[in-house]
Amino acid sequence: MNAKRTSLITAISGLLLAAAIGLHIADFHDWKQTLLILATIIAGTPILIKAFKALRMKAFSIELLVTIAVVGALFIGEYVESAAVTFLFLFGAFLEARTLEKTRSSLKALVDMTPLEATVIRNDETMIVSVDDVELGDRVIIRSGEKVAVDGHIATGTATLNEAAITGESVPASKTIEDRVFSGTIVDSGFIEVIADRVGEDTTFARIIELVEEAQESQSTTEKFLDRFANIYTPTIVVLSVLVYIFSRNIEMTLTFLVIACPGALVISAPVSIVAGIGNGARNGVLIKGGDIMEKLAKIDTVVFDKTGTLTRGRPEVTDIHSFAGAPENLLQLVAEAEMISEHHLGQTIVREAKKRNLSFVNEPQDAEIIRGNGIRARIDGKLLAIGNRKLMAAEGIGIEESVEAYAIRREKAGNTAIFASIDGKIAGVFSIADRIRPEAAHALQQLRASGVKKIIMLTGDNRHTAELVGAQLGLDEVHAELLPEDKVAIIQKLKDTGHKVAMAGDGINDAPAIATANIGLAMGKGGTDISMETADVVLMTDRLNQFSHAYSLAKATVRNMKQNTFFAVGTVGLLLAGVLLGKVFLASGMLIHELSVLIVILNAIRLIRYTKRKSESQQAEPILVTE
Amino acid sequence: MKKVVFGLEPLSCPSCIKKIEGALNKQNGVGDAKVLFHSGKVRAQFDDSIIQADELNKIIVNLGYPVLSQKVS
Repeated sequence: MNAKRTSLITAISGLLLAAAIGLHIADFHDWKQTLLILATIIAGTPILIKAFKALRMKAFSIELLVTIAVVGALFIGEYVESAAVTFLFLFGAFLEARTLEKTRSSLKALVDMTPLEATVIRNDETMIVSVDDVELGDRVIIRSGEKVAVDGHIATGTATLNEAAITGESVPASKTIEDRVFSGTIVDSGFIEVIADRVGEDTTFARIIELVEEAQESQSTTEKFLDRFANIYTPTIVVLSVLVYIFSRNIEMTLTFLVIACPGALVISAPVSIVAGIGNGARNGVLIKGGDIMEKLAKIDTVVFDKTGTLTRGRPEVTDIHSFAGAPENLLQLVAEAEMISEHHLGQTIVREAKKRNLSFVNEPQDAEIIRGNGIRARIDGKLLAIGNRKLMAAEGIGIEESVEAYAIRREKAGNTAIFASIDGKIAGVFSIADRIRPEAAHALQQLRASGVKKIIMLTGDNRHTAELVGAQLGLDEVHAELLPEDKVAIIQKLKDTGHKVAMAGDGINDAPAIATANIGLAMGKGGTDISMETADVVLMTDRLNQFSHAYSLAKATVRNMKQNTFFAVGTVGLLLAGVLLGKVFLASGMLIHELSVLIVILNAIRLIRYTKRKSESQQAEPILVTE
Repeated sequence: MKKVVFGLEPLSCPSCIKKIEGALNKQNGVGDAKVLFHSGKVRAQFDDSIIQADELNKIIVNLGYPVLSQKVS
């Protein structure tokens, strides 16, 4: 019995019903009865077949109940009833399938992004192969407009990629040699060749889909309760209907009671909300790993953040270049050329900044010397450069003017490391380097508070001074600095013991114990690092904190939606059964209301798919910080 | 043990889950059959010295659920 044929049968029996109504108005009684019987048989056959198949497998099904009811109705000559019930049952199932598809549309949209073929170069030959035949180490070519079919590193070329499939971000990211690209993303413009290091089922994208599938199947506590409820409910209804028969001697009422009591809407009410919610998250780059996680996340009142890499970007950047002679770009080029020899991360940060600004490196450093802990000295283009801290300047006998010193101290108070650059014995400029707070952090924390988080705490292994700066910038409730991993765990445990529901957000690896201890562990995973995808309850696929506030309010909305559905489904069944016993509700009308209630439950869940908390695009001014 | 994934048409009745899982798990050589209700998939582990994926496919079809795809790994 396939879907197409079922819809056809539904349509035919619907038309026959309509014709019968016409004949009824025109007073052709015998014809009307014939049509009704015909409609019953046409619509009833697939129901009967399903009931029989289930019975053969010793499974009790709603189809069996309907079949019994319909046969009973035919037997007592209620042809209108029998035709209406069979049609409504099929039509309800048809509508249910359609609307359920909607609740699952998010996952389907993801699955539809799965690439099917790839262009690979083997033995100097370019060929198009199915994704299943791409092997590790293959060189894959992706032109603009094409989908990336593997995870890997770019070997040649540059491109902008739309990574929405992985991160939910619609703004294309630009990537070049050595950068990682992911299966399922699309080259917006450009041309790249990628060496595949993950193919098929092992790609991040395939694993995201699998995780979302698993998440949608895993049951929330509400669902488990409903399941248990259904297990008690069905036999209870059977016993009750026997009682109804004993007391009323009314076979019709008994059958109606049985059919109406089928727990369709009940069974479906919680899962549809969860599926729609998880789907919404997945589309927005938030993996919520199941219904129970959804419920726990909605109850969170305390959020604990790790600092480095979570509230801050996790890698130092050049925040300012102050040049006392000439353009900052020229100074940056000279200093970066000298720093090419440096192994210190501050030096490398300066080199990275120069590369980011597309400056070309023309001069090789001569007589280069690294002065441990203080800086470097090198000859570039005939000029002698000394770059480093105050100690180096003093050792080189370079005087720092008062205005320069005052400027450097100002930058340091704002949380930067100040690096002095001198050319031929004179200070030429000051570089400020800091690990910046994420630009969206302040706004995301505001949103979290607005959605009901009471307490926001930061933990860090960093020094107290820096930690307090961040705490002040972001208006955190508590800041704990200079911690070891086990201290973080202890703090979270203490919060839990005092009755808080704690979510811990970290960047996945060094915070793993704390993430595991919290009620909900969140991992910031740029493109989902393996460990975070495995261990965290919630994974934010981009490094954006506002995804967290979205996840939190989404969880709350999902749980609300689930409660509405459960309440509505239980209420409808209760009212209908009362109606049946009072003789106010009959088989066809009861069936109609029953099917409608299932539909309303599904439609309510569909609202979640579009759920977005109004995002104001206001970007806060970027505060500055340091992690030295 | 091999793993097989069947793709079905969208499932709409939760009772089908128990039906399909029950029928498959009763077979000799099948372990851990699981219906993914929302993705419309059936996953099962099977021992290919005892039973073949095609036989499992047939069981699902006989229950009244057309199988659209079959992937053995």
